[in-house]
Amino acid sequence: MVQEVSHPFSSYLRSAMIPHIWCSGCGNGIVLNCFIHALEELQRDLDKLVVVSGIGCIGRTAGYANADSFHTTHGRAIAFATGVKLANPELEVVVISGDGDLFAIGGNHFIHAARRNIGVKVICANNFNYGMTGGQQGPTTPLEASTTTTPYGNIEHPFNLVHLAAAAGATYVARWTTLHVRRLTQSIKRMLQKEGFCFVEVISPCPEIFGRRNKMRTGLEMMEWFRRASSVENFSDPSKAEITSKRILVGEFVNVEKVSYERLLHEKIGQINEKKIVW
Amino acid sequence: MPERIRHAPLGNKKVKQPNAEVHIITDQCKGCGFCIKFCPKKVLEESQEINARGVHPPKILDESKCIICSFCTAVCPDFAIFVVEKPCKEERHIKHD
Repeated sequence: MVQEVSHPFSSYLRSAMIPHIWCSGCGNGIVLNCFIHALEELQRDLDKLVVVSGIGCIGRTAGYANADSFHTTHGRAIAFATGVKLANPELEVVVISGDGDLFAIGGNHFIHAARRNIGVKVICANNFNYGMTGGQQGPTTPLEASTTTTPYGNIEHPFNLVHLAAAAGATYVARWTTLHVRRLTQSIKRMLQKEGFCFVEVISPCPEIFGRRNKMRTGLEMMEWFRRASSVENFSDPSKAEITSKRILVGEFVNVEKVSYERLLHEKIGQINEKKIVW
Repeated sequence: MPERIRHAPLGNKKVKQPNAEVHIITDQCKGCGFCIKFCPKKVLEESQEINARGVHPPKILDESKCIICSFCTAVCPDFAIFVVEKPCKEERHIKHD
């Protein structure tokens, strides 16, 4: 065992920011790890990559990735990313954010970005609650789960994120847990090679805030829950992929090809400039 | 993905014994225990020492058992463990029927 060797991914991380502040057992580090692994395998140029993130624990990813990055206002990560992508379509724009940021306050941005098919890649770390602010119930909290604002059990039906993304028109939709690191890395690789709007949901453990109120005090216990409950079914019906304590359906759900918004936009601008369109 | 599982070993005349070198950056570890729990060959175990963050980092039980699947590298949230393949001199010949 030798200690004085740097980690193979250290060039993809900002050395001044590492080690990160995420709790022991948190899955956000695994999401970042898999993302960097996918970048490394694709040999992507970090000068052509933009990482955009919103508010929340996972929002700090933008600061840790050694690429051009935005840490945006709450819920507006996709709105910022849309601007970046339309201004310079050469750039690879990846949004890494949480479920509260993308689907509660930023829900409208998400569905309209998916409808327009903007070439923005979205990775959503779903930890079932608002972890950073103390564990309030959020749009993805499963039924009967206990949080600080639902101490007797949640009675609101949660969003099924993959169904939402597929129905809104995303060209690539997948869901994995942080235990499926290999498949998650492959999914992110596949997503980065596609043109249109892509969405990967990562079920992430939050032992300190969500887990301890739901009888899973450590990250290991949450990962054991993922191992017990998850079943891989590729290209199954996303409307039946609801998350319960007994069953987490994971896999790829949608993989289709569609012309992206920024390509259509720049074609249209070209046609107008050449005066092919007159009105 | 590690280099040795990218290509299929069955067509090869010679098979390399995996010769792993596990690196643990002890002071970055937060002691979540994912690498210890999910190692398929049980190469790691929790050590008794306490690192700069006040947790017990993993220690190597038997490095020769490691098959370089690199699951620990992929599952570590803190970028604190990685495996490299040591160059090996001898290659074992196997007979194909």
